[in-house]
Amino acid sequence: MTLAEAAASDQLLIVDRLKRSSSVDEFVLERHDGRRLPDWAPGAHIDVVLPSGKIRQYSLCGDRWNAHQYRIAVQHEPKGAGGSQELHDQLAIGDAVGFGGPRNNFRFAPAQHYRFIAGGIGITAVMPMINQADLLDLDWQLLYLGRTPERMAYQELQDLYPQRVTVHTSVPDGRISVRDWLGEVPEDTMIYACGPEALLEALPQECQGLPSTHLRTERFTNTQNDATVSSKPYEIQLQRSGRVVQAPGTSPVIDVLANAGIDVITSCSKGVCGTCEIDVLDGDIDHRDAILDDAERAENTCMFPCVSRCLSERLVLDL
Amino acid sequence: MTTNTATHCPYTSTPEAAASRGLNPLNTPVLDVDPFDESVLANPHEMHEKLREADGDIVYLPAYDIYAVARYDAVCDTLENWQHFSSSAGVGLANFKTEEPWRTPSLLLEADAPHHDAPRAALEKILGARKLRRFQTEWSNTAEQLIDTLLLEPNNKNSDGSVTLDAVNEISEVYPLSVFPDAVGLQQGGLDNLLPYGNFAFNAFGPRNRLVTDELESIGSVMEWVGEQCPREALKDSGFGADIWQAADQRNITEDQAPLIVRSLLTAGVDTTVYGISAVLYHLAANPDQYERLREEPRLIRRVFEEALRLESPVQTFFRTTTQPVQVGDTAVPENQKVLMFLGSANRDPRRWTNPDTFDLDRDPSGHVAFGRGVHQCVGQHVARLEASCVLEAMVERVAKIEFAAPPKRKINNTLLGWQTLPLRLTPA
Repeated sequence: MTLAEAAASDQLLIVDRLKRSSSVDEFVLERHDGRRLPDWAPGAHIDVVLPSGKIRQYSLCGDRWNAHQYRIAVQHEPKGAGGSQELHDQLAIGDAVGFGGPRNNFRFAPAQHYRFIAGGIGITAVMPMINQADLLDLDWQLLYLGRTPERMAYQELQDLYPQRVTVHTSVPDGRISVRDWLGEVPEDTMIYACGPEALLEALPQECQGLPSTHLRTERFTNTQNDATVSSKPYEIQLQRSGRVVQAPGTSPVIDVLANAGIDVITSCSKGVCGTCEIDVLDGDIDHRDAILDDAERAENTCMFPCVSRCLSERLVLDL
Repeated sequence: MTTNTATHCPYTSTPEAAASRGLNPLNTPVLDVDPFDESVLANPHEMHEKLREADGDIVYLPAYDIYAVARYDAVCDTLENWQHFSSSAGVGLANFKTEEPWRTPSLLLEADAPHHDAPRAALEKILGARKLRRFQTEWSNTAEQLIDTLLLEPNNKNSDGSVTLDAVNEISEVYPLSVFPDAVGLQQGGLDNLLPYGNFAFNAFGPRNRLVTDELESIGSVMEWVGEQCPREALKDSGFGADIWQAADQRNITEDQAPLIVRSLLTAGVDTTVYGISAVLYHLAANPDQYERLREEPRLIRRVFEEALRLESPVQTFFRTTTQPVQVGDTAVPENQKVLMFLGSANRDPRRWTNPDTFDLDRDPSGHVAFGRGVHQCVGQHVARLEASCVLEAMVERVAKIEFAAPPKRKINNTLLGWQTLPLRLTPA
């Protein structure tokens, strides 16, 4: 990667890397020039584009009052599809990754009482919520589940909040009953849970009596995104005007259009406000915006060219 | 550098006090201007230039003991930096930490993270561009009917077939009121309360001058009416209002928050679009060649509206309040200081725009801050764009020429820049 590429607005530099447990490393990410990063709220994740082109989602687990830095924590998964391995084994301080978003499918809704349930690396999605509940001086409790103590990344939470945090490891202590841990919850309690599929699947049973709207879960298993990002050039075809523009693979569509003298009105230039939306007639979109949810992305019918790009060799736009 | 700055600084006489407030007074230009003087409100551009060309990114205005930013970059930085420039102490001159707000503060405009998060996320979804597509046909039809009716109105007709009308009274104030309240789901009448309410709310961001005090007696009943429109029962089963209540049912916001979020639509959703439509009609009348071009290239309609917003900036100003001492350029702004952001000035800053005072359809107006920027950027911007494009599409199809029939008159508001009257002569196509 050249310096110019690293300076691009969708690139983040790894400025620090902290070992959090035997299998979890925390990566501290900043822009090349230290500029502000897009805003986020608890529950948000970013899409990280690895040098191999693999795209992975990681919850933001840092402090949003620091506008210049993102933090993600990555669990080394030797049996996984290779994303965590690439981060752990091949990326060091000073290396760059691409990013999209932040997006948020796990929004933190206002309530008086919170119960957080985190399984393993699922703690990362929950930590900013804990900080927020603490900031607002609200009633909260955390059940932090893991396999073994050595693997758990943020055990210090128990020392910080001994009255509020229950850490439980299945080796050696066996299973724990979430229902027993929850006990009777006060009215206006929201439950936020992130962890392995088996844990989340069992939760509706464990939380009987609670309205389904009050149980929020985030799955961190990667069920989509087999597509990989490439930086190969592609072609943009403008259906209405009949023009064809050649695009390098490394810049957002808006830059390519602007260079070709085609203006699309933008406003935020960060994939947030939705002003520049374009209908897409053909081609696979490399979505980098903070607006569309997974289902909307999968429809593959519109894009926000101020940040997004193309995965296929040709992109046909309704322009 | 120009010498618009006053030669004295209010703090130089008491250096101890300045030091104790963490000030670096020597480096901050001090300007003896009154942004809320009525003649300045009517024509703020000369003052904007003074503010921009003072020797610093931020200036001090002793008239109100406030700081101000007027250059494009400084305005953008202040808008984006919610961490240091807070909205929850009010986005007007009043500091809610020490002064009582005139109404329950807005959960959107007058809130910071974390309280701001959920209401904003809910409304952003409800007012998203995709969600508005369902109104396209109906809103277009309404605009076409409005323009058709005006062109046929015998009282408007001139002997040469053209019509003369006041565009504020007959287009800008009529159209938003004929589509927006219905889209919100209002159904109890009393829509004549909406414009006075918005007008007062935007005046109330300024000082307690005549514009505010003259309305104090009449505003009570208007506020009461607005409050009555916000509960679930008052609203239709479908519309933005119902969508907000549904967000409460889904527990994305609380039931207590829902009525205040509905209120935000009623405060910010009407006057702003009225002023925006007037702005674009004014600039089209002032630039007949550009209107002619627009008729030939209707695809430029979106750009026309953005360019008019850039030049006119219906919402001229908002305040922020510092959450801690903040360094802006050479100035250390103390904590808990009001900072006035001149959006209209940023939109005409020659550092950012070539020939900034020119209405130019060849310009890419992207990046103007008429809708603000950052986490508080106008959540209804897509509504404004859809309304304006419906009106403009109906105009370009039906009207061959737009001319001034008489000089327009400014409307004076502490925050909004717009027209009280806009007498136009329209020649049917």
